[in-house]
Amino acid sequence: MEDKKVNSIGLVDTKYFTFAEPPNELLLDGKQKLGPITLAYETYGSLNADKSNAVLICHALSGDAHAAGFHSQDKSPGWWDSMIGPGKAFDTSKYFVICSNCLGGCKGSTGPWSINPKTDKPYALDFPILTIADMVDAQKHLIDHLGISKLLCVVGGSMGGMQVLQWVASYPDTVKCAIPIATTLKHSPQQIAFDEVGRQAVMADLDWREGNYYGLSKPERGLAIARMIGHITYMSDQSMEDKFSRRLKEKDYSFRFTTDFEVEGYLKYRSDNFVKRFDANSYLYITKAMDYFDLSQDRLIPSDRAIDTRFLVIAFHSDWLYPCYQSQEIVRQLKTKRVDATYCEIKSTYGHDAFLLEIEEETHLIKHFLDKTFLGYDVKRL
Amino acid sequence: MTFDSIRADFRIIYKIIEPGSRVLDLGCGNGELIYFLAREKNAKVQGIELSENAIYRCVEKGLSVFHSDIDSGLIEYPSQSFDYVILNQSMQEVKKVDFVISEALRVGKKVIVGFPNFAYWRARFRLFFAGKSPVTESLPYRWYNTPNLHFLSTTDFLDFCKDSDIKILDVYYLGRRGIAKILPNFFSLNAIFVITKS
Repeated sequence: MEDKKVNSIGLVDTKYFTFAEPPNELLLDGKQKLGPITLAYETYGSLNADKSNAVLICHALSGDAHAAGFHSQDKSPGWWDSMIGPGKAFDTSKYFVICSNCLGGCKGSTGPWSINPKTDKPYALDFPILTIADMVDAQKHLIDHLGISKLLCVVGGSMGGMQVLQWVASYPDTVKCAIPIATTLKHSPQQIAFDEVGRQAVMADLDWREGNYYGLSKPERGLAIARMIGHITYMSDQSMEDKFSRRLKEKDYSFRFTTDFEVEGYLKYRSDNFVKRFDANSYLYITKAMDYFDLSQDRLIPSDRAIDTRFLVIAFHSDWLYPCYQSQEIVRQLKTKRVDATYCEIKSTYGHDAFLLEIEEETHLIKHFLDKTFLGYDVKRL
Repeated sequence: MTFDSIRADFRIIYKIIEPGSRVLDLGCGNGELIYFLAREKNAKVQGIELSENAIYRCVEKGLSVFHSDIDSGLIEYPSQSFDYVILNQSMQEVKKVDFVISEALRVGKKVIVGFPNFAYWRARFRLFFAGKSPVTESLPYRWYNTPNLHFLSTTDFLDFCKDSDIKILDVYYLGRRGIAKILPNFFSLNAIFVITKS
């Protein structure tokens, strides 16, 4: 713990970048226009003179721009602090690290909770349906604004990994290396089904009011159920056994429908925290964007295009939400197109959550991979 | 790491491969051989390896590797996309040898196969006189902990190539002290075949 403090980047601030002011709105995948758009973002470390050391971190469904360091009022650091800082996998003494809250999110970036300039009310369901490509397009504006023409690396897990893949699909010449972690080229019916149950839980909550709950009571129960389902899918049978087994909160069964088991208490605790910090409509929009995402077949790398992006694809053995075969499929796509790719399947019992927990293994892989990409390789590749 | 410090079989394979070749190593381990080929012979290399720890060692060297077994085949690799596919000391551990070799021959113009010789004289003596399954320098495991699924002699592999319409371009027999020149199926611990499609 002490060690973590020593390697922390310390106090950080969230910054904001606004663009796409009318009439130059962002044209979305769904053919609608959106603007102005604000992205909340944080940066750590400093950009070098030739602007070649920039690493873009893409967060998962419930993440935000605060990836590392501490906000002055907070006790706990950003969501990937163990990976970002001096001497860590994303070494801020070498690299300039950027993380932005995704478009449609609720942590400072424009989303359904934002004020619609046309009505002076929150967008709610008037907010256009987004895709992962739209999120990446918005990030591209931010990267341009920061004066970076080529990113050393784009990295992220889960939905963050989808953004990594989308970056390569949308802006292949802009990405020197890509690290998609615990992710997929497309959601399977099982993944779509879990998302849909989550959305239905939100929409079944009477407080949801067709999305118009801003300023009123929020659909907390629906969102909490959605999050509980999510948490179950992020763990594995083994990790739940290790963490909770059948341990009880009290000495004995209550013989009532109250929280008997520790696992029940955990789901309640985590989901109660989540509804305090997350917007239910954002949850609907972001999960929809994940379901629409599909870079299978020729869509990741079109046949007529040669790219020189290097890939490090990481998956976790016990991840049944984004199973290893989906990551292998990414690598197969890349191999078929003769793109340089390394694939590692980390043995972990943590399930999908592993990408936030298997720090030592991820650090080992990423640190070397990134250094070799940045400093030049000893080795010629295909 | 110097040339002299690497394993004898690596040195032979290293010499076989022409500079600038495209090389795929099936079961590349810690990546010593392909690392050497890339650095010293300007080869463009890739590996496939099953061990997670070995993958870490490869990534440290800056190598591109695919964490996988090779039994499922090489579908993602276009036909004839490599000058050499190496199958060194890994063939005897795969389930379907004929399938893996046919895939290697599809993907690579030439395939280098290295394996321990089950008919080495010490193995024969141990089986014949002691009545025990062979343990030799090239087959160091006991019957209960060996990763090897297939036990073959150099003559077996010659027969296999004949039956499977595979052309043998070169054979290197490795005895205790360098190349085994006489009675190779008796005196070689390991053999390295360079093969191609007929």
